Amino acid sequence: MSELDAAEGSWTLRVRRWVDRVLPMDNLLPHRQPYYVGSWVYVFGVITIAALAWVVVSGVVLSFMGPQWWHASSLGRFFNSLHFWSVQLFFIFMVLHLWGQYFMAGWRDGRAATWMIGVVIFGTSILTAFTGYLSQQNFDSQFIAINAKDAMNAGGIGAFFNVLNFGQMYGLHVMLLPIGVTFLVVVHIVMVRARGVVKPIGREGGSPS
Amino acid sequence: MDTPAQYFDWSFIHISYPNLLVIGLMLVLFAVALVAPFPHGGDGDV
Repeated sequence: MSELDAAEGSWTLRVRRWVDRVLPMDNLLPHRQPYYVGSWVYVFGVITIAALAWVVVSGVVLSFMGPQWWHASSLGRFFNSLHFWSVQLFFIFMVLHLWGQYFMAGWRDGRAATWMIGVVIFGTSILTAFTGYLSQQNFDSQFIAINAKDAMNAGGIGAFFNVLNFGQMYGLHVMLLPIGVTFLVVVHIVMVRARGVVKPIGREGGSPS
Repeated sequence: MDTPAQYFDWSFIHISYPNLLVIGLMLVLFAVALVAPFPHGGDGDV
């Protein structure tokens, strides 16, 4: 077997060629965008990512310092508020991004998976925020947990998702769910970059359906 | 938490004024984003 034949059998070569074909660097890091991207509506998604970055950064600081710090010290309360308000901005701009993509039918021309992953990100984010409210370590989180347990039990998931179990809720909130949201956001962005921004409906080849 | 929000009631709609305000501001922001001029909007490729 020649060296060239051996290289053709290499899985790393096949993966590299596949990545080059599906996601060339010109698409991944473009320096110009089509004219129709010149609208503030396209900024909502980027602001959502920026808010997520602040959520993660402030969350890492909170997890290092602990509940006594974020409740009792002025700097802790600042980071607690930073975490809370960046989450509010994350959800506000995620919903604005959703509205924009809904009205421009962002799932067209092979972008259905991108849309569906966005839906999953939305759902996972709600679960992350919910476990965050349960992790505050104050009367608010106790009130939410006591009331939410009935809804979970009524749904039949109380045995697996016990909102009264602080360790489980905190673990989900600071580990599994943020990793899930961040990973899905990365996949979402890569898929957007692979196919580009959807064209306006009925113009320049954009499909009307 | 000690002072519960006032609620807006209209038919089946029951929503706190803070939540109503946020949704209203989101609608305004969305409308503004549609019509506000975007800097360097005409420099694109296509």
